[in-house]
Amino acid sequence: MSTMPLAITAAGPVGDAVDQLVSWLLTHGPALFSLIQGLVQGLASFFEALLAAPPAWMLALLVTVLGLWRVSAGFALFSLLGLNLVLFMGLWEPMIATLALVVTASLLALLIGLPIGVLAARQRTIWSLVRPVLDLMQTMPAFVYLIPAVMFFSTGQVPSVIATLIFSMPPVVRLTVLGIREVPADRLEAGLSFGCSPSQLLWKVQLPSALPTLMAGVNQTIMLSLSMVVIASMIGGGGLGDVVLRGIQQLNVGLGFEGGLAVVILAVILDRLTQSLATPPVKGLTERWRDWRRLWSD
Amino acid sequence: MPQIEISGLWKLFGRQPKLASDALKAGADPEQVQERYGCRAAVREVDLSIEAGEIFVVMGLSGSGKSTLLRMLNGLISPSAGKVIVEGQQLSALRPAQLRQLRRNTMAMVFQSFALLPGRSALENAAFGLEVGGVPRAQRLERARSALERVGLGGDLNKRPEELSGGMQQRVGLARALALNPPILLMDEAFSALDPLIRREMQDLLLDLQRDQRRTVVFISHDLDEAIRLGDRIALMQDGSVLQCGSSRELLCHPANERVRHFFRDVDASSVLSVDAIAVTAPWMVQQRDVDKLRDQPPHAGTGVAYVLDETQRFCGLMPAGGSFIPAEKVEQLTAGTSLKEAMEPIARTAHPVPVVSADGQLLGVLSSRQLLQAMVMA
Repeated sequence: MSTMPLAITAAGPVGDAVDQLVSWLLTHGPALFSLIQGLVQGLASFFEALLAAPPAWMLALLVTVLGLWRVSAGFALFSLLGLNLVLFMGLWEPMIATLALVVTASLLALLIGLPIGVLAARQRTIWSLVRPVLDLMQTMPAFVYLIPAVMFFSTGQVPSVIATLIFSMPPVVRLTVLGIREVPADRLEAGLSFGCSPSQLLWKVQLPSALPTLMAGVNQTIMLSLSMVVIASMIGGGGLGDVVLRGIQQLNVGLGFEGGLAVVILAVILDRLTQSLATPPVKGLTERWRDWRRLWSD
Repeated sequence: MPQIEISGLWKLFGRQPKLASDALKAGADPEQVQERYGCRAAVREVDLSIEAGEIFVVMGLSGSGKSTLLRMLNGLISPSAGKVIVEGQQLSALRPAQLRQLRRNTMAMVFQSFALLPGRSALENAAFGLEVGGVPRAQRLERARSALERVGLGGDLNKRPEELSGGMQQRVGLARALALNPPILLMDEAFSALDPLIRREMQDLLLDLQRDQRRTVVFISHDLDEAIRLGDRIALMQDGSVLQCGSSRELLCHPANERVRHFFRDVDASSVLSVDAIAVTAPWMVQQRDVDKLRDQPPHAGTGVAYVLDETQRFCGLMPAGGSFIPAEKVEQLTAGTSLKEAMEPIARTAHPVPVVSADGQLLGVLSSRQLLQAMVMA
């Protein structure tokens, strides 16, 4: 009876090729990688410093007011209580670190993904090139990105941001393409019949019409960033993922749960706030304030 | 020179439209081309010339190719073969930038589905064409405002399209076109999506606008009543070809073939025919200077009244034989262009045949109740 190998340790032929590509890049592109390293690190540090600058209560209040204005009184209350809970669990600093990484990675993903989406929506050939890459990016297990990220950028915040942005870019590209493609034909005809040039058609007709779908893509990208940033704690991304990872390593259920809870609170706040940005507020701030007071009087 | 001239226009849709149109341009037989390349002709061999200042209605059922034809007038669809000449410029010879200039300055389009842009107020929507054309903000908003006032939306400048009813949205659509002050308006079933009452209102508005300032209007419609009401001329389309082109009266009274007759089968002739078309020569006309001679004559055997004209053939009154002169102001008259429907009541009220006069008062003929009935039986 033949025995199965207990563990696969050597890569097959495809893996060898990828190994070679990676080592070629490592020997020929260090200048490029150190440039990217510097830029991403600078951006991440900037956001971390920015978010850590105001005291916790001020940031919590800001989120609450923003939630009251854009979402609902109930959401504002949830934000206030949730952020206080994070503070009470002593996880405020890790949460800020996670948030800074999410902001950095999402921003970069949007900066790269939106133009690609716009191009792919207008050029069928570009779309046919981009589409399989997106499929690959979405279906490849998230952990796989961590290995080359570590090889190119060592450990720390930079490889975490890079792995995260690759993982979180597909939705914004896809939904940008979808949004632009599904602009009703009569609106395009209206634009053209009034003499729009191709760029006027894009900026004045296609993008405004595609905005709701586009914002759904932005929201998806931010949410995926958050989930990946937590995983990226394994390569030294830090933040809340670190807390969860410590919980796993020490079999400390309580610690893991606290870290997870903080991630959930952050996720809900980010999700609702970014979703609300897609549409203009239904009610004014004064009306929301009345809702807020009604929460206590009823 | 006509403002828009279309000659030998074809549009083929199908699997290999490029090859098919090349073959057509090379002079191949259209029927063979359609079969060989698996194409369907949306527009076949259309020749039309549209004069400046007229409302030209292209009328046909859905699938007759009328919307495709309209879109070839501003180049949204390019023809498979044939020429479109707008104000002396052949569309297919224009470079993209020139075509854009033509669209910005010469022709504006109004859509069945309104096609307003979401997230813009009525005012910003109305200013869209001017914005695209690079008109400075303050100036374009001012022009958009006055266009909106012209279509009766002066009070809803800041509402968004989704806050407006269908009729109001189409007013914004119309204002968007009018703000450009184009010599040509292209209207693609512009009122078809509206309720009958609102549609009627919008038709009145369009006729009203035409009285203010005559533009060339190419109006697509599947509604025969609308076509008759608005059109100075109507081109009747079926299966991509024009069956007949002419005034509603020509189409009704002299249909080119059975299919045209079929279309007009249910049309109320009394609302299409006008009094000048069926008026007959007055049986007894006298010059003004001879009126006094009639006073002493015995009553005339025939109609009993004489129609009195001055030196320039203007109608100046009635003179019953043996009676006294009745000046024109006191006589029931019909002006040219009045429909038979509107003429019924005055004719029924009057004992003698009613005089039909032109806009400047010339006597064109007379119309008795008997002639009116005869005309309606025949139509």
